[in-house]
Amino acid sequence: MTLSTPAPAPARTGVAARVLVTIFFGAQLATPWLVRRFSPAAQAPTATVDRQTALNRYGFYLEEVAHASGVDFVHQPPLLDQKLAAIMPEVTSMGAAVSIVDFDRDGWPDIYVTNSAIGSKNHLYRNNHDGSFTDVAEQMGIADVNQSGTGVSMGAVWGDFDNDGYDDLYLIKWGRPELFHNDQGHGFTRATEQAGLPPWINANTAVWFDYDGDGKLDLFVGGYYPESLDLWHLPNTRVMPESFEYAKNGGRKYLFHNLGKGHFEEVSAKVGIDSHRWALAAAAADLRGTGHPDLFIANDYGVSELYLNDGKHFREAGGETGIGFAPKSGMNASFGDIFNQGKFDIYVSNISEEGVLIQGNNLWVPQDGSSLKYDNLARDLGVELGGWSFGAQFGDLNNDGNLDLYLENGYISLDRKRSYWYDFAKVAGGNSSIIGDAVNWPAFNGRSLSGYQQKHLWLNDGAGKFNDVAQAVGVTDTYDGRSVVLADLWNRGVLDVVAANQGGPLLIYRNTVSGDKDWIEFALEGTKSNRSAIGATLTLFWGRKQQVQTVSGGNGFASENDRRVHFGLGKNPSLEKLVIRWPSGFIQTLNDLVPNRLYNVKEPS
Amino acid sequence: MNPQPAMAHEPVTPTSGTPLSPSFGNRMFAALGSPFVPPIFITLILLVGNLSYGILESYWKTLLAIATSVLAEMMLGRIFLRKWPHPASAYITGISVGILLRSPAFWPYALCSLLSITSKYALRFRGRHIWNPSNFGICAMLFLAAQSVASLSIQWGNNFGSLAVIWVLGSVILWRARRFHISLTYVASFIALSFLRSWVTGDPWQSEISPITGPMYQLFIFFMITDPKTTVRSRTGQCIVAFSIAFAELLLRLDSCVFAPLYALFWVGPAALFIEMFIDSRRARNAVPSAFANPQIVRS
Repeated sequence: MTLSTPAPAPARTGVAARVLVTIFFGAQLATPWLVRRFSPAAQAPTATVDRQTALNRYGFYLEEVAHASGVDFVHQPPLLDQKLAAIMPEVTSMGAAVSIVDFDRDGWPDIYVTNSAIGSKNHLYRNNHDGSFTDVAEQMGIADVNQSGTGVSMGAVWGDFDNDGYDDLYLIKWGRPELFHNDQGHGFTRATEQAGLPPWINANTAVWFDYDGDGKLDLFVGGYYPESLDLWHLPNTRVMPESFEYAKNGGRKYLFHNLGKGHFEEVSAKVGIDSHRWALAAAAADLRGTGHPDLFIANDYGVSELYLNDGKHFREAGGETGIGFAPKSGMNASFGDIFNQGKFDIYVSNISEEGVLIQGNNLWVPQDGSSLKYDNLARDLGVELGGWSFGAQFGDLNNDGNLDLYLENGYISLDRKRSYWYDFAKVAGGNSSIIGDAVNWPAFNGRSLSGYQQKHLWLNDGAGKFNDVAQAVGVTDTYDGRSVVLADLWNRGVLDVVAANQGGPLLIYRNTVSGDKDWIEFALEGTKSNRSAIGATLTLFWGRKQQVQTVSGGNGFASENDRRVHFGLGKNPSLEKLVIRWPSGFIQTLNDLVPNRLYNVKEPS
Repeated sequence: MNPQPAMAHEPVTPTSGTPLSPSFGNRMFAALGSPFVPPIFITLILLVGNLSYGILESYWKTLLAIATSVLAEMMLGRIFLRKWPHPASAYITGISVGILLRSPAFWPYALCSLLSITSKYALRFRGRHIWNPSNFGICAMLFLAAQSVASLSIQWGNNFGSLAVIWVLGSVILWRARRFHISLTYVASFIALSFLRSWVTGDPWQSEISPITGPMYQLFIFFMITDPKTTVRSRTGQCIVAFSIAFAELLLRLDSCVFAPLYALFWVGPAALFIEMFIDSRRARNAVPSAFANPQIVRS
């Protein structure tokens, strides 16, 4: 027997068959063009339209107002050990981060933004209630946090760890991690030593959450580079991941259990969290309705991890739930109930570069049934290709009752005409002994790597499709976007957008929504639960819809949204009820709700 | 990928001419020349890669590629040959597409398999198909559907062990099939030219060697460039073609082409066949007088 296909015998085949196979072949060659022609991306508007047209067509538009609001922040990237000089743009490509906090409890969201060069300062923009902001980081004592020998900032998450009513700050760093206690909104005091934090962590993600339901916020920190490395004083150049897809030589993970009185105990090994993957993003939410927040980690250079929490221990279930099968370059973790069915979907950003690497972003949607299984529906719903993607957030930007998706992207924007992609792909395919040593990587020499990318703002049509309207509604920047947050900055009942760009300006997109759509917002305060109410799930029922959201202590990429929860309601909504599941387990139902109001809800004691 | 894998195409004969003893070792050695070895070998690559590192986007995509490939071969074979072709070569094409193509979508896997198989029937010259089918299919997808696909350009893992098993096993099989010289020439040329590239670009030589330690090259070296249907016949010619592929790859790499080896084979493979056919036709014309004396030559 032979495997060879007998040579076709043209003499025995008719002309008709040859014509048919030629047409068949031609049709196959034309198929990619047809797919591209009719893809959602091809039909996305590529030009900005006037605001009235955007309002009529999409129900909202965005206007960049950072400078007009008194915010002129430009991020400064880090500069690491000169042993890495050849690939410095790559190894210093993160650090621009933004988070929302009402640090002084005046009812208006403030903005904290990180800087990453040694000696640079972080900014805390206090909301002046009149459309403007004032940087008060210096006087509050949380500006000068990137001093030589202590590392630099990579992000910030806020949570009231001592339940005094004021949100405290955990500063995510490549370097000495910092915990700052909020002194009643009048300033911050270092609480790092008292908390017992380790001397050095090279992290890009952290999450406040009460994993054991004891009413005190615990803290998860996900290491990226190994914690043994002082990136400014490296012993050698073997600092890169051992693999582009299967790396396990990253930083360790920490879970700091809150013992009270400002003390924490590191318990990750004790509770079953043991990973040295390269974590870039994490978020926690009660994904199964057990009353215990589960922990999702998006890892660079590998699979994502999902730690299921029984209140005392975690069990890694990425493989069995489907989200931990295909290794990609996870850079975001966001939860959103995009189908309005009372379940959290998970959005993970990855890398897609036309003609080189098409990982595609993941939108993990839970299957029906009792066991937790996810399907990736990113392609089906049109939110798969986002370039070199970073932070993303779900939020109802046009108040139509469906969660939309905002995505930051763009990796390294240097010389527009010269790309580093070839060299990147050349080395990334190699054995660990090659990829793992920075000295083997070709020099960047000013080239770009997936730079100057247009952002994506996918509008959820409520019928199972997302349409990219970024350009049309005014999102035209092409900076190297990293972290993005959504917040009702001026208490108008709409979600504004704040974006932090690597080596670029902080952008504030002020949202204007057509007046015929309603909304409702909730600000929660725990009593038996942690006072920040982080981990509370809110399920709003209106009309025939229900939508679940959670109060988050850190999500997206190195960011944290406003903890006030915003629901768009569409036109003339018939509000039924809100069901709050507090972290303490208490279930509270609110009836007789009225749209277009912010409700302050205190947990019944 | 390879409709007629080198290892299976030719009759299994001991290369040394020495009769095989009936020992277990020799029986195993002889078995390596079995026509079933190529599909088993590529399945082994798939299983080692996926069980060790989860290389596949999903089993379903690979199964789709295999099923499409086999079905297309059956249908087109039935139409053109009026009999059912053996499915093994189509299986190899499908499984290769399943490994080498990377896309979050399903349709590229089906289309790539379809293009690969159909190219054998649609793109013919003097009775021969001139492109390695899976090389054609994957290159066509990279040219035409760059927004949806990429090829496997990243590593499977860090373990030299699994890599070594595949290299050793593949080399033994190729040697038994008397095709090892093709791969050896290519690998030697690639390594030598890597140092040349390093000298030209100033990049570390390790970065130039790096690609050949990745999984794409295992399939490329063991299955694509050794394809007997789309390589020239003479041993010397095969070595020249293998070097030419490496050289074309050098030029493409100097132009920063990410999928340089695939594109190099795409251009060099058919060119080599055309040259061989041209030389054959010249020889046939020159041999006409003797053909009258021996009509069998004309018929062969």
